[in-house]
Amino acid sequence: MKPTLFLLPLFAGLMATSALAQSQDLGEPLGDGAQVDTVSIEGDDDDGPLRGTVTDESDWENLGIAIPAFATDRNAPTPANDSGTEALGREIARVISGNLRNNGLFKPSGPDGLPSPTFAQITAPSWGSWSGRGAEMLVHGYVRARPDNRLVVGCYLYDVALQDELIREGWVVQPADWRRAAHKCSDLIYARLTGEDPFFDSRIAYIAETGPKDNRVKRLAVMDSDGANHRFLTLGSATALTPRYSPDYSKILYLSYVDGNPRIYVYDIGSGQQTLVTENRNPTLAPRWSPDGRYILYSMAVAGNTDIYRVPVSGGTSVRLTDTPGIDIGGSYSPDGSKIVFESDRSGTQQCYVMDADGSNQRRITFFGGRCATPEWSPRGDQIAFTRIAGDFNVAVMTPSGGGLRVLTNGWQDEAPTWAPNGRIIQFFRTTRDSGRSALWQVDLTGRNERRLPTPVDASDPAWGPIRP
Amino acid sequence: MTFSFPKAATVALMTSTLALGACSKKAPEELPPVQQTATPTPTPTPTGPVGASVGTQAHFEQAVGSSTTIYFDTDRFNIDSTDAAALQAQAQYFARFPQLNFTVEGHADERGTREYNLALGERRANAAKNYLVSLGVSANRIRVVSYGKERPVALASNESAWAQNRRAASVIITGM
Repeated sequence: MKPTLFLLPLFAGLMATSALAQSQDLGEPLGDGAQVDTVSIEGDDDDGPLRGTVTDESDWENLGIAIPAFATDRNAPTPANDSGTEALGREIARVISGNLRNNGLFKPSGPDGLPSPTFAQITAPSWGSWSGRGAEMLVHGYVRARPDNRLVVGCYLYDVALQDELIREGWVVQPADWRRAAHKCSDLIYARLTGEDPFFDSRIAYIAETGPKDNRVKRLAVMDSDGANHRFLTLGSATALTPRYSPDYSKILYLSYVDGNPRIYVYDIGSGQQTLVTENRNPTLAPRWSPDGRYILYSMAVAGNTDIYRVPVSGGTSVRLTDTPGIDIGGSYSPDGSKIVFESDRSGTQQCYVMDADGSNQRRITFFGGRCATPEWSPRGDQIAFTRIAGDFNVAVMTPSGGGLRVLTNGWQDEAPTWAPNGRIIQFFRTTRDSGRSALWQVDLTGRNERRLPTPVDASDPAWGPIRP
Repeated sequence: MTFSFPKAATVALMTSTLALGACSKKAPEELPPVQQTATPTPTPTPTGPVGASVGTQAHFEQAVGSSTTIYFDTDRFNIDSTDAAALQAQAQYFARFPQLNFTVEGHADERGTREYNLALGERRANAAKNYLVSLGVSANRIRVVSYGKERPVALASNESAWAQNRRAASVIITGM
């Protein structure tokens, strides 16, 4: 009747790790990521840093940023690029240009179509050749291969009109992590020009979908914030759903049908092993992390009645936080960990509620028309994103008290919003009517800048991890 | 063939099945495809339906017809009279074949959020299970699983398809 239950102990005792991984629908583990070290880099230090020159949000959309190829001191071979550090410098500029273009705030140009500065010009731009190009901002950088194969990447942001440096930073990365240096540089530029927190150097976990609507294969997958370094973590023999990255990127919570029932697993990214979130025969759903990564919220159905529970990551006793008849599910902590927003149909339809972290003071916060589902508290604390069901499904935001409703998208079925690490961009998935095909989309808090995030196959349930250290 | 539950109960079940047999099926305007080889009214003959062998889903479907599956209104999980008739046909079948165990699979239509639909499918499957238990089917013969909106049978995005997907389907556990 349930062969898996009998086989698992046998497998653990007799078979190699890979066989165990197969039986759990797991692919090869990613392993632990390498460190990125920040280093001080040379520059023109004859005066102090300038304050921001951009103050009006509406101006950002027209802010031209020239991003020529990063220079190199000498074209050296590197595992990061078959053609050496010179070609790598162009690729780094291309990644930065793509990042800044895709959030709708800037008009980046380059590296193609722009002259390539020399290594010496990185700290002393040739102003005359940039002032006539219509770009207010200029990004320069270099890449240098060290004897130990690691790469030093320097990143500089200049104000063309002022002919002065706004900010600079450098990083030492493993060759395999060269894109992270490009993301760090993108973050430096974005944060300096907008005053917002960075978000490019982050990863996204999601569900990759293939196959026809009545026989969809759903696999756990991860990728960088721009879609690069894509990896499937499960093999697809069991349906995987609703992943969530841990705050330190060491684990992913997700739902798998690997034993035939929907259950939440804690997947360890370094080792590629996974364990049940709680040893229990009941279905467990809707996993979430506490902001400090010490607790897991999950929902469990007992005889058809679903409630929200909290368990320490280290294991131990689960605490039941809701006890009303009906479906209480999901749950998203406020950034300070003191409150939880969740959804419940105790009133007859799905609505959003807030409670204290211990389950006390439960109160409904949504009273506008339609339903409120999948609420997610912003990392900044000031907004809650949710799926608004009023005819179609749309992504909307409100304040933690349920005011200030703003609907940000207008697809037929947009659901399951999660936040970028800086709380400025919301990611969700959009399902197409009839075909059932789904894709990841992003929208900023203004609702004006919406874009599809490219994925190798159809995609759902995006979950953005925090900024990487 | 021996019967493991009291004759009075059998008679009561058959009577109610017949009484409800004339009821029109509610929500689905187009029912999911079912094998048309069997009549929907089960005839408890000792040999069972011709063709499929006991312990297969085909045998179950031949015996109870479309009653292997019950349907729900949007966001609802209650057992209405049409569902009750179908579940009574199932209960009769499982009374005749006490060696069989089965799974009640709960489903939702695509017009709900994923996590809520998983919980809703669980609730629907349990509603069907509880009703079957109330009809005398032993609870330990019934496994319950929810697939939420992940396994639709009708693929269009319209009311008719959604009605067919809001369901609890009983499936024989084979290979024992």
